[in-house]
Amino acid sequence: MNHTLPLAMTVNGVHYEREVEPRTTLVDFLRDSLALTGTHVGCEHGVCGACSVLLNDEPVRSCCMFAIQADGMNITTVEGLSTQRGQMSTLQDAFCEKHALQCGYCTPGMLVSCHALLKENPKPSPEEVREAISGNLCRCTGYQQIVDAVIYASTAHSAESDAKKASHHVN
Amino acid sequence: MSTESSTFKYIGRHRRAVEHKRFVLGQGHYAADIQRPGMLHVALISSPYACAKILKIESSQALAMPGVHAVLTGEELFEAIDPILPGVDAPQVTRYPLAIATARYAGEWVAAVVAQTRALAEDAAEMVDIEYEVLDHIVNPELALLDNAPLVHPKHGSNVIFHRKFVWGPVEEDFSRCEHQLSYRVHWARNSTVPIETFAVACEWHDATSVLDVWASIQMPKFPDQVAKALRLPGNAVRVHFDVDVGGSYGVKRGLKHTILVAYLAKKLGRPVRLVEDRLENMRGGDMQGPDRIFDVCLGFNSNGEILSMRMHALEDIGAYSGRSPLQLGKPVGAIVGPYKIKSVEYDAKAVLTNKTPQEAVRGFGQSPTNYALETGIDKVARFLKMDRIALRKLNMISHEEFPYLIPSGTTYDSGNYSVVLDKALKEAGLESLLQQRDALRAKGIHAGVGISTCLEPSGGNSSFEPLFNPKNETTTWMDSCLVRVDLSGSITALMGTSSSGQAHETLVSTVVAEILEREPDSIRVLHADSLNALPSNSPVGSRMAIMLGGAAAGAAKKIRTKLLLIAAHNMQRDVQELSFEGGGVFEKAAPQHKLSWDALIEIAHRKYHCLPSGMEPGLQEKFVWEVPTGGQLPTADGRVQMYPCHSFEAHVILASIDPGTFKVQIHRYVCGHDCGVMISPDVVHGMTYGGIAHGLGAALMEKFAFSEEGQLLAGTFMDYLLPTAHEVPSISIVDHCTPSPLTEFGQKGSGEAGYLGAPAAIASAVNDALAPMGASIDYLPMTPQAIWSAVEKSKLSKAPA
Repeated sequence: MNHTLPLAMTVNGVHYEREVEPRTTLVDFLRDSLALTGTHVGCEHGVCGACSVLLNDEPVRSCCMFAIQADGMNITTVEGLSTQRGQMSTLQDAFCEKHALQCGYCTPGMLVSCHALLKENPKPSPEEVREAISGNLCRCTGYQQIVDAVIYASTAHSAESDAKKASHHVN
Repeated sequence: MSTESSTFKYIGRHRRAVEHKRFVLGQGHYAADIQRPGMLHVALISSPYACAKILKIESSQALAMPGVHAVLTGEELFEAIDPILPGVDAPQVTRYPLAIATARYAGEWVAAVVAQTRALAEDAAEMVDIEYEVLDHIVNPELALLDNAPLVHPKHGSNVIFHRKFVWGPVEEDFSRCEHQLSYRVHWARNSTVPIETFAVACEWHDATSVLDVWASIQMPKFPDQVAKALRLPGNAVRVHFDVDVGGSYGVKRGLKHTILVAYLAKKLGRPVRLVEDRLENMRGGDMQGPDRIFDVCLGFNSNGEILSMRMHALEDIGAYSGRSPLQLGKPVGAIVGPYKIKSVEYDAKAVLTNKTPQEAVRGFGQSPTNYALETGIDKVARFLKMDRIALRKLNMISHEEFPYLIPSGTTYDSGNYSVVLDKALKEAGLESLLQQRDALRAKGIHAGVGISTCLEPSGGNSSFEPLFNPKNETTTWMDSCLVRVDLSGSITALMGTSSSGQAHETLVSTVVAEILEREPDSIRVLHADSLNALPSNSPVGSRMAIMLGGAAAGAAKKIRTKLLLIAAHNMQRDVQELSFEGGGVFEKAAPQHKLSWDALIEIAHRKYHCLPSGMEPGLQEKFVWEVPTGGQLPTADGRVQMYPCHSFEAHVILASIDPGTFKVQIHRYVCGHDCGVMISPDVVHGMTYGGIAHGLGAALMEKFAFSEEGQLLAGTFMDYLLPTAHEVPSISIVDHCTPSPLTEFGQKGSGEAGYLGAPAAIASAVNDALAPMGASIDYLPMTPQAIWSAVEKSKLSKAPA
C-alpha cells in the first residue's frame, strides 16, 4: 500500500513535484500534501461538489479522481481564483456583496463552478446559473443569493475579463 | 428597552459579513484543516447488525501492521471514562463512544483504529475480526411500545424513555361543548439538516500542562464541560478552540462521542489525533438524524370555524441512545397552539427507543414537525367546514392588540402582528392570480395546489424544556456573554465564547458594538475565545444569538460608553447629564465646542492615571453576561412554563403542481412573509430564511433516513438520501414586517430557524390542495413522487365501481 509514484502538476500557477500513493485522491493530495485546504471534502462520492477544482480549466470533482491521474495537468483551486494575494475576483467580491454564503463550506466548489460558467457564458440567465450549480449542494443559502451573486458579477462588473485573467494566471 | 428602528446607524442596514472574505478566498479554518505535527488518524469499525452482542474483538493482525498505533474497544473505554447521560431521567440509558458489550444499531461504532494516515487506519480496520451474536431488534416505534418487544436497553426496563401527559386548561369541557371534532394522524419522517461538512475533531494532550486542546466542528451548549466530565478531567483541563469555522450545523454538530473518543486516544497515545467522519459514518453512525414523529391529533371546533381545544399525542422515535433528543418534544410546548387562540390543550409526549441511529437536535428542536402537524389540521378543518383556509386562520389568530399573549401551556408570546404579515405575503404572492394559475393548470389536467402555512418561530433559546422533562434538572440559567476591549490605539476587539457555523456572529457583534460606541463596524475585530478564555456561553442554539449575543455585546459596549462618559465628566468638570456621547467622543450639550475626542478619552483611560476619576480601574475592558429574558423560572407542577422569550412569525404562500408523468412536485411561486422584529443584519436573516425554506422543502418532498425491517439504513449516501439542488429550490420572495420585541435591546427576535419552521407545512398544504379535487391526501412526509403516485392510485381505486 505504501508504494508511491512520482507526480508533477501545476497548481494555481506553481509547479509541484511529489511522490504519491496511487490510491490518493486528488482532493486529499491538494489538502494534505500541498496544504491547500480551501478545497473541501463533502460526500466523497461525487454528488455534493464541495471538492470542485478546475482541471485544465474544466470543473471536476477532485474526490472522484486520483491525484496521479492529474499528472502533468494544470489545476486551479479556490486559492487560485483571484489574481492577486488577498484580493478577490469579481465573482468572489459578488459572493460577499450578495451574501451568497453562510458557513462557507460549499463556497469554494460553488466559486469554481461559477467561474467556469462565466468563462463560457459571461451573461448567464438565472436559469443558466441554476443549471451550472445544480451539481453543487448548499445547505445554508437555498441557492438564491448565489444566483443573485453570479448575476451581479456578470452585470455590474466585468466578469468576462475577470474570468480571462484567472485563466491566464493558470496558464 | 426597544428603540425605534429608524434611529439606528448600522443596525438593519446592508453590510458585508465580516466572515465572507476568508471563506471566498479559501482561507476558512475548519476542523478538518487542523494539522498538528505527528498527528494520527482514526478509522471506525461499525456494527453491521441492528442489535448484537459483541463476543470477541481480535485485533492482533491489525496492530502488527506498520504505522498502526492502536485498536480501541468499548471494553477499555468503559473502564476509563464516564458515560454520556440522556437529557431525561433515565440513568440506565448510558452511551459511550464505542458500543459496550452490545451494539444497539447498525452503524454503531464498535472499535476505533488509529494509524499514521486515515487510509492506513482503514486498511487495518479490515484486519480486525469481530464476532457477534445477533439479538432480536425493534425498528417500529409503535411495536416497540408492546410488552413483548425486544428491549433496546434491558436495564431501563422499557423502550419508553420519556412519557408525560400535560393538560393545560379545560380540555374535557371544551371538547364537550364544541360542535365538531376532527381526528387525524400525520407522520414526520426522520430527516436532518445534513451539513455538507461531516463532523471533524482533532485533539492534542499536553503532559507538561495537563491540558487537552480540542478543535471540533461543534455547535453545542456546555460542550467543554461535558467532554471534561466524561474524561474525568477538571473543566480547566479542556481547551476547546472556538475559532474553528463550522461547515454548517443547523443544530446537529454535537459530536460529543466523537470528541470524547478522540480526546481519550490523544491522551492515551501522547500524540495529536484526528477523526474526520466520512459520509457514511456521518449518516449512519454520526448520530445526527432528526425527529421521527407520529402525531395523533384531535381538534375541537365550532361550525363558525372557532377552534376551542386540541389533543395532540406525539410519539417520537429517538433511536438507540438518548442525548437531548427527547427534549425535542419539549420545546414545542412553548408554541403548541401556533398563532391561534386555542384555549385548552392536552399534549401527550412520548419518546421511544428503537434499534436505529440515535437522534440529535435539528434546527427548530422539534418545532417544525409540530407546526406541520398543527397546520395540517387547520387545512383539514377548513376542508371539513368548506371554509376558506385563510379566513379560518385569520378567525383564530391572536390579534395584534392581544399581545403579550399567554397561551395555555404557560408561555407568553412577546409581540406579533400575524394577520398583517399573512396579508403582506398574500399581496406579494397575488392570491387571486395564484388561484387563477392553479385553476388554469387544473383545467389542463395537471394537479396543482396553493399552500398556506402560518407558523411560530420561538427564539431566544431558553432551557425550560430541561426542568420540564426532567425534574431532577433545575437548570434555569441560559446566559450568553461578550467582552469588549478598547486598546491603546483606540481599536476595538470583542470576544465571544462560542463557535459559529455560518450565522455571521462576528458581523452581528461588530454591528452592535459599532452602534453603541459609534465607531465604524469594519474597524471592530471579533474573536472567538477558546473555552478557557471565554465568558459563559450556551452556544448558538434555539435562534438565540441575535437576542443573547447581540444583547451581551450591547451590554458590554454600553459599559465602555458609560466609562468614557465618566472620564469625560471628570476631565471636563461637568456632570454626566450635561454631556453627550457622539461619534465616539463626548461633548457638552450646552457648549458643543467643549469636547473630548475618542482618542483623547482612550489616552486617558490607558495612560493618564492622574486624569482618571478616583477609584476607576485603568484600561478599557468590560464584560456583560446576560441571562435570557423571561428565563430563570422553573415550570409549575402542572407543566406550564415560559419556554422561549421571543416569538417570530412566518406566513408561507405557495403555488405548486405535480408533474403528470413523474409525480414530482414543482413549485411555481414561493412567498414568505416574515416578522422577526428588528433585523440587525437583514442579509443574514434573509439568507437563513432562504436556506430554511430549502431545508424545509427537503423535509417535505425528498429527505428521509429510511431503514429496512432489519434495521439497516437505506439512505446513507447522497445518491439515496436526496438533498434539494438549485433545480428543486425555487426562487423565493421574502416580505419583511417588523414588530419589535419589548424584551430585547434593539427589538430584535431570533431567526436562525426561519423558513424551516413553516415550509414543510406550506408545501404539504399545496400538495394536499392539489390532491383534494380527487379526494386524495397524504398525511406523511416526505411527499416523494412515489408517495404522491400511490395516493393518486389509491384514490382511483376507491372510486372504482365495486
